Amino acid sequence: MTEQMGVNPELTGRVYPAGDAYSVGREKIREFARAVKATHPAHYDVEAARELGYKDLVAPPTFAIIVAQRADSQLIEDPEAGIDFSRVVHADQRFVHHRPIVAGDELVAELHVDQVRSMGGGAMITTRAEISTAEGEGIATTTSSILVRGEGQ
Amino acid sequence: MTVALNELSVGQEIGTAAIDVSRADLVRYAGASGDFNPIHWNGRFAEQVGLPGVIAHGMFTMGAAVQVVTDWIGNPGAVVDYQTRFTKPVVVEDLDGPGATIEVTGVIGAVDEANSTVRVDLTVTSAGQKVLVKAQAVVRAW
Repeated sequence: MTEQMGVNPELTGRVYPAGDAYSVGREKIREFARAVKATHPAHYDVEAARELGYKDLVAPPTFAIIVAQRADSQLIEDPEAGIDFSRVVHADQRFVHHRPIVAGDELVAELHVDQVRSMGGGAMITTRAEISTAEGEGIATTTSSILVRGEGQ
Repeated sequence: MTVALNELSVGQEIGTAAIDVSRADLVRYAGASGDFNPIHWNGRFAEQVGLPGVIAHGMFTMGAAVQVVTDWIGNPGAVVDYQTRFTKPVVVEDLDGPGATIEVTGVIGAVDEANSTVRVDLTVTSAGQKVLVKAQAVVRAW
């Protein structure tokens, strides 16, 4: 990928379909919780999660980023997109949870490119991942903006 | 824990935290999240792309900062909406122990009794600079 090529302004509106399902495992929830220094027992102990009314371990509030960034990688690796990953800076992030993610969920994410704005020599790209179960139950909507820095930015 | 909405007032502090961050924490977050961008572990690479040094994943900071909220509400599944902008990088020095500290303060930003939700506004700084801006978590109170 060449830097001169730049980000393709015609990406706006593009939709990348859901790929393979992501299986949310107990050990991944525990590993992610440790990684963000989350200490609530409902991330580690199934009984503690059930006492709160969940059927299994509850994921931390930003766990959906794993699924969202897998979906984003379809865009970042798309040769037509013209994104140099080494020049990418995360600008903003939002998670709207329709229900908490729990161990045992099988999640898929459809990625929407909502906006591409040029910023100096670079571009700001806003994407939205609609995360649902494989059966179609809405789980979370994540939105993310990345700044692809241009030359000298 | 049940939060009584009518006992909350805007501006009320709900908690604070000082989160130490080491290079090992960034490696752990990279592995857990799958984000292996070398700016988060390779100082030579970070400097080549114009950064002051290895920086924490924005998503590490966002993920760790919300702990103040889940500690207060007592239920990590109560966070129905959480957003932030990333303004300044958290530079993590190459030390044997922590190479940075992230300071977090949460205050009540809004109370919506009709929907039984509370917005908590987080102030998140490192080395005296705001690293997250408009960091807001909406929690459902039962």
